[in-house]
Amino acid sequence: MDILYKVFIDPFLQMGTAPDLLVQTLWEGLVAGVLYALIALGFVLIFKASGVFNFAQGIMVVFAALTLVGLHEHGIPAYVALALTIGVMFLLAYGVERLMLRPLVNQPDIILFMATFGLTYFLIGFGELLFGGESKVMIAEQLGLPRGAIDVKMLGGFVAFQRIDIAAAIIASVMVAALAIFFQKTRIGRALRAVADSHRAALSVGISLEQIWVIVWFAAGLVALVTGIMWGARSDVSFALEIIALKALPVLILGGFTSIPGAIVGGVIIGIGEKLGEFYWGPLLGSGIESWLAYVIALIFLLFRPQGLFGERIIERI
Amino acid sequence: MLYREVGQFKANYSADQAVFPILQDRMGLAVILFVAVVLIPYFGNGFFIQAVMIPFLIFSLAAIGLNLLTGYTGLLSLGTGAFMGVGAYACYKLTTYFPGVNILIWVIASGFFSAAVGVVFGLPSLRIKGFYLAVATLAAQFFLSWCFIRIPWFYNYNTSGAIEVPTRTLFGTPVTGATATNTTRYFVVLAIVVVMTVIAANIVHGRIGRMWMAVRDMDLAAELIGIRLLQTKLLAFAVSSFYCGVAGALLVFLWYGGAEPAVFDVNLSFFILFMVIIGGLGSLVGSFFGAALIFVLPIVLRYLPPKFGMPIQAATVEHIQFMTIGALIVLFLIVEPAGLARLWQIAKQKLRVWPFPY
Repeated sequence: MDILYKVFIDPFLQMGTAPDLLVQTLWEGLVAGVLYALIALGFVLIFKASGVFNFAQGIMVVFAALTLVGLHEHGIPAYVALALTIGVMFLLAYGVERLMLRPLVNQPDIILFMATFGLTYFLIGFGELLFGGESKVMIAEQLGLPRGAIDVKMLGGFVAFQRIDIAAAIIASVMVAALAIFFQKTRIGRALRAVADSHRAALSVGISLEQIWVIVWFAAGLVALVTGIMWGARSDVSFALEIIALKALPVLILGGFTSIPGAIVGGVIIGIGEKLGEFYWGPLLGSGIESWLAYVIALIFLLFRPQGLFGERIIERI
Repeated sequence: MLYREVGQFKANYSADQAVFPILQDRMGLAVILFVAVVLIPYFGNGFFIQAVMIPFLIFSLAAIGLNLLTGYTGLLSLGTGAFMGVGAYACYKLTTYFPGVNILIWVIASGFFSAAVGVVFGLPSLRIKGFYLAVATLAAQFFLSWCFIRIPWFYNYNTSGAIEVPTRTLFGTPVTGATATNTTRYFVVLAIVVVMTVIAANIVHGRIGRMWMAVRDMDLAAELIGIRLLQTKLLAFAVSSFYCGVAGALLVFLWYGGAEPAVFDVNLSFFILFMVIIGGLGSLVGSFFGAALIFVLPIVLRYLPPKFGMPIQAATVEHIQFMTIGALIVLFLIVEPAGLARLWQIAKQKLRVWPFPY
């Protein structure tokens, strides 16, 4: 009985008695979720357009952030470094398309998946070789990102909103909106959707797959850069960030591999679920349940909807 | 010239369906076994046996385990490291409670624990496929890793949180622990790996293997021809986890001599997956090739540059090593996506028709 009380009643009592803490936890979950969603977004972009399950998205985040900080350390002004990093991400996209995707076209999914593993290792080695393996501080101030926290008095207590988190949420929303417009309204966006529907049909109406892939990987690189800046501003820039790539996977399966809104909703569900679980149920199981809770949440959703919340219905034919 | 099967007539079905129907293959196998059993222990130095041969064999076993699941049944798994961990911790707990029982029995028995855990985490495979399943197996990976860290019962309430392998003997000779010699441990690992490889070869050549391959090629069609999907998939998970569990137990008991939970993290899973893909999906010999390449490559990369008089700092070597491994993985996939096993097959075919290729 005692354990049932602790699992089913006590956490909710705590939520009721200290609503300010609940709001704080929800907010933190939301922010973490937005960042997961950003990484998942990079995955979705690439998966939609090329069918590649890009394991390297996490390391692209780290690589972009490291390049930005590393260039700044060499005395290049922040905004110039930002522009240069965007250039580097374009070169990366071009290189990946040229050296990795093009020779592997028409291979089974798992082979392409493995190739992105290779890319991950390559980027880890390359990044450390150029910029060193120690963790760095993100140049948030130089880029004009706000600092500090706003304390809001509500529900009989104080809730602290970090300014950087608010900025992250706004930037993420703007970026998702921009991507949505780009996908729906522009010529290239239409081409991207055509490629996502069917490679062969897209080819036959004269869409250049190579070009599309470069654009998509570049877009994913830009998303990675924004994610890297935001995440780096909250903690340090280091290769430990790579772990967050694995956190994006449950977000992906929750939202569906092919849905941009799915990535966002999935990210928020996972982020909030994780923080609530850790805060209210964590002490019951011992700390650190954050590391697997997201996967279990995603797994439970999957058992009911195998294609994720927003994924396209899986139809099998013989 | 030498590799030709002309004139080798099979008079009955069992000869025709043998695992190695060609005489030269059997001879080659005998030579390999002779090298492994006689030459390597006799001529190889302690370093070679301890740092190359033992881990190579253990990783090969784990790769075979994953290959049964991913290569033969088509179920992508990223939880190999955790299943190996289950084997290692099960073996540790068993030998703690029953120190008198032969350690080899516990090494094998720990495989059954791993198999049971594998079946539990394999249950979603009926509804979930492809990359979704890979992520589902990651749940197993993270959950089990967390258990190894957070549940003190697993490591006997040590303050360090690591497990330490006690000395256990086999017929009076120590096989685990600090006093066991490299050669003894090598023979034990070799014996287990050879026996389990033979069993795996028989499984995949038989009815169960055919069922797995049918499921891999198209599970819906397999169901229509009367294969029970649930049983077949769960059996694949069980057998695969069994192999991984034994490999994990061997890894800790006969190679490391002790382990922290971090050994069985997600990187180990990726490492084994590399071996399977580079070696060749759906090929047992490929598992050995993959293990050799992925495991030996870093060693070569570490010791080769200084030989040519290239003075490189240790940290730089490690970075270049990462880059090289990454680049080589991509390169191998481009050159031969079907893995080293396919190259081996092509070479054999070339030999068969040499010197008059058509």
